[in-house]
Amino acid sequence: MTKTVTKGASRRQFMTGAAATAGMAAAASFVPTRFAIGAKAPVKVGIMLPFSGTYAMLGNSITDAMKLRIEQAGGRLGGRPVEYATIDSEWTPAKGQIKANKLVKKDRVDFVVGPVHSGIAMAMSKVLLRDRMPIWIIPNAGNNLLTRDHCAPHVFRTSFTNWQSAHVAGELMAKEGVKTVVTCTWKYAAGIQMMEAGKASFEKAGGKVIKEIWVPFPDVEFQAYLSEIAALKPDAVFSFYSGGGAIKYVKEFAAAGLRDTIKLYGPGFLTEGVSRAQGEAAEGIKTALHYADNLGTPEDNAFRAAYKKAYGKDPNVFSVQGYDTGSLLLQGMAAVGGDVGARADLIDAMETATFYDSPRGVWRMSKSHNPIQDIYIRRVEKGRQISVGIGAKQLEDPGTGCKMIA
Amino acid sequence: MDIAQFLVQVLNGVQYGFLLFLVASGLTLIFGIMGIINLAHGAFYMFGAYVAFWLTGVTGSLAAGILLGLPFIIAIGFLIERFAISFLYSRDHLYQVLLTYGLILIFNEMQKILWGTDFYSVPVPEVLSGSIPLTENQAYPVYRLFISLVCLGIAASLYLVIGRTRLGMMIRAGASNREMTQALGVDITKVFSVVFSLGAALAAFSGMIGAPVSAVYPGMGDHILIISFVVVVIGGIGSIKGAFIGAMLIGLADTFGKVLLPELASMTIYALMALVLLWRPQGLFGRPAT
Repeated sequence: MTKTVTKGASRRQFMTGAAATAGMAAAASFVPTRFAIGAKAPVKVGIMLPFSGTYAMLGNSITDAMKLRIEQAGGRLGGRPVEYATIDSEWTPAKGQIKANKLVKKDRVDFVVGPVHSGIAMAMSKVLLRDRMPIWIIPNAGNNLLTRDHCAPHVFRTSFTNWQSAHVAGELMAKEGVKTVVTCTWKYAAGIQMMEAGKASFEKAGGKVIKEIWVPFPDVEFQAYLSEIAALKPDAVFSFYSGGGAIKYVKEFAAAGLRDTIKLYGPGFLTEGVSRAQGEAAEGIKTALHYADNLGTPEDNAFRAAYKKAYGKDPNVFSVQGYDTGSLLLQGMAAVGGDVGARADLIDAMETATFYDSPRGVWRMSKSHNPIQDIYIRRVEKGRQISVGIGAKQLEDPGTGCKMIA
Repeated sequence: MDIAQFLVQVLNGVQYGFLLFLVASGLTLIFGIMGIINLAHGAFYMFGAYVAFWLTGVTGSLAAGILLGLPFIIAIGFLIERFAISFLYSRDHLYQVLLTYGLILIFNEMQKILWGTDFYSVPVPEVLSGSIPLTENQAYPVYRLFISLVCLGIAASLYLVIGRTRLGMMIRAGASNREMTQALGVDITKVFSVVFSLGAALAAFSGMIGAPVSAVYPGMGDHILIISFVVVVIGGIGSIKGAFIGAMLIGLADTFGKVLLPELASMTIYALMALVLLWRPQGLFGRPAT
C-alpha cells in the first residue's frame, strides 16, 4: 500500500494503482482516530492539476517532482503511507469548484495540492478557504490575492506571487537603460497582476510605460499587435505569456524583425520550459524568476540528477515547486508524527519550515504563507536559462491585506 | 493610424484570413457540403501538427514530413468514415456530435501516449526562413506569405473540383439527396469516404503547414474548432466561395478589432457573425432554407 506510485510511473499506471488501493483505503478510513493513525492508515493527498490541455506539462512536472521528493524520504509522511487522489483540473475555471468539492467530500483528503492556473485557484478558494477544510498547498498559481486579502492559516504556497518576478523584471529594464516600454500580455489575473507590478517598479526607477496592450486569453494571433508595437517604437516590450502562447509570441517577435531594435523582457515564464521549442528566437532574452538552470549548488545538482534519472528529462521551475511541495508535506507531517488531527501544530510546523535543501536555494515561508526567496536574472543561452546574478535577495511579497500579518 | 500603418494592418488581416480559410477548408467539405457535424476537426488539426513534428524530426525536412504524413492521415480518415461515421448518416445529428466528441478524447489520449505533454516546435524550412522589410523596423516572414500562396491554391482547387468536375457534382448531389443519387447509380458510399478523408487530410495539412509559425502542444486544436465553424457558418453552409470570403472578413475584423477596439477584441468576430446571421440567416453565400 505504501507503493501507490513508484518513481517514473505513468499517470495511467498510477490510476490503476490508485484504483486497486482505493478499496483497502475505504476499509481503513473507518478508523480515523488518533490510535488508528498509529496503525498506519494512509495520509490522503489530493492532487488537482492540469493533465490535459495547454498546461499539462506543468501539471506533470509538479506531480512527478513532488512524488520523487516523498519517495526519496521513504515514501511516508510522518510515518504513514501516502495515498494520492488525482483529479485533472483541466484548463478553465468553470469546473474548479465542483472538482475541489469532490476531493473534500468524496475522497476526504487531508491535503489538497493544486492548481497551476490563477483563475482555477480562485474557483477552488470558494470551497477550500472555509474553516476545517483540508490543508491547501498551491504549487504554482501566483495570484497575489491568495496570500494577500484571501490569505488563511491553512493555505500555503510553494511557488511565487505574480508580483515577485514581475517586480524584479521591471527594475531590471530600468537598470539596463530602457526608457520607454510597451506592455503586451494576456488579459487574465496573472497577466494583469504581473504588468501592474512590472510597471510600478519600472516607473519608480524613472522609466515610462507608453502603452498597455491587452490580448484576450488565450488568443495566439499576435501579428496585429506586433505591427502596433513596431509603430510605437519603444525601447523595450514587457510581456507575460507561457506555454504554447509564449513559444509563438517569442518566435513571431523575432520573425517580425522587432528584436533588432526593441528588447523583450518579462517574468521568466516567457522562456521557462519552452526555450528549446522557441529555439534561436529566444537567445539572449532576459527574464526574472526564482530558479535558473545553472545554479550549481549541491542541492540543485542532486535534484537535477535524481529527476533526470527518474523521468528522463531536465527539470524546470515547476518541478522545483513540486519538489518543495513534497518537502513542505514531509516537514509538516514529521513534526506531528503523522497526526493530521493536531491541526494547529501541523500548521505551525509548516509555517516555520525552512527549505535548506531546495534546488532554488534556501527559502522560508512568509507570515502570509508565500515563499521569501531569491529572484534570479536569467539569460537564455543555447536553450538554457542561465543565471547572470540575483535581482533581489530573499524577496518577500508585501502581503497587503493579509490579516495574518500583525 | 497613418496610411502605412493601415496598409500593414490590412496585410495582417488578409494574411490571417488565409490562415483561417486554410484551417476551415476541411470543415467546409465535411460540415459545409456533407452536412456532418465534425467536432473532431480540431483534433485532426492537432494530430497533423504532431505528425509533422515527428516526421520532420525523423527526415530533417518539413516537406518530406508532410508528404509522408498525409497518406497516413488520409488512411485514418478513411477508416474512421468507413467504420464509424458511415453508420450515422441516416440518424440524428446528435449521434454525430457524440461520436466525433469521442474521437476528440481518443486523439487527445493518443497524442499524450505517443508524444507526452511537452511543448514542441517545428523549424521554418531553410529556404523560406527569410523576412521581407516592411517598415523601417518591421519585417514580414517569407514563410507566412508562402502559406498564403498555398492557401490560395487550395481555395482555387476546391472551388474548381466541387463546382466544375463530375466528382464535385456527385458530392453535391449526394449531400442534397443521398437516396436519389444512389438510385441514379452513383456509388455514394465511396464518394462520402473520399470526401471525409479529404476533409480530415486538409485539417491535418493545415496543422502541418502551420506548425512552424505556431507551436505544437496539447489542446492546440480547441480554438481552431470554434473558429472554423464560425467561418463556415458566416460564409454559408455548402459554399466554398462563402467560406473564403467569410475567412477574409473574420481576419480583417479580428485584426482591426484588436487595434481599434482592444477592449472588445475577443468579441469582434462573434459580433460579426451575429450581424451577418441577422442580415442573412443562411450565411453570405448559403442557399436559403426552403
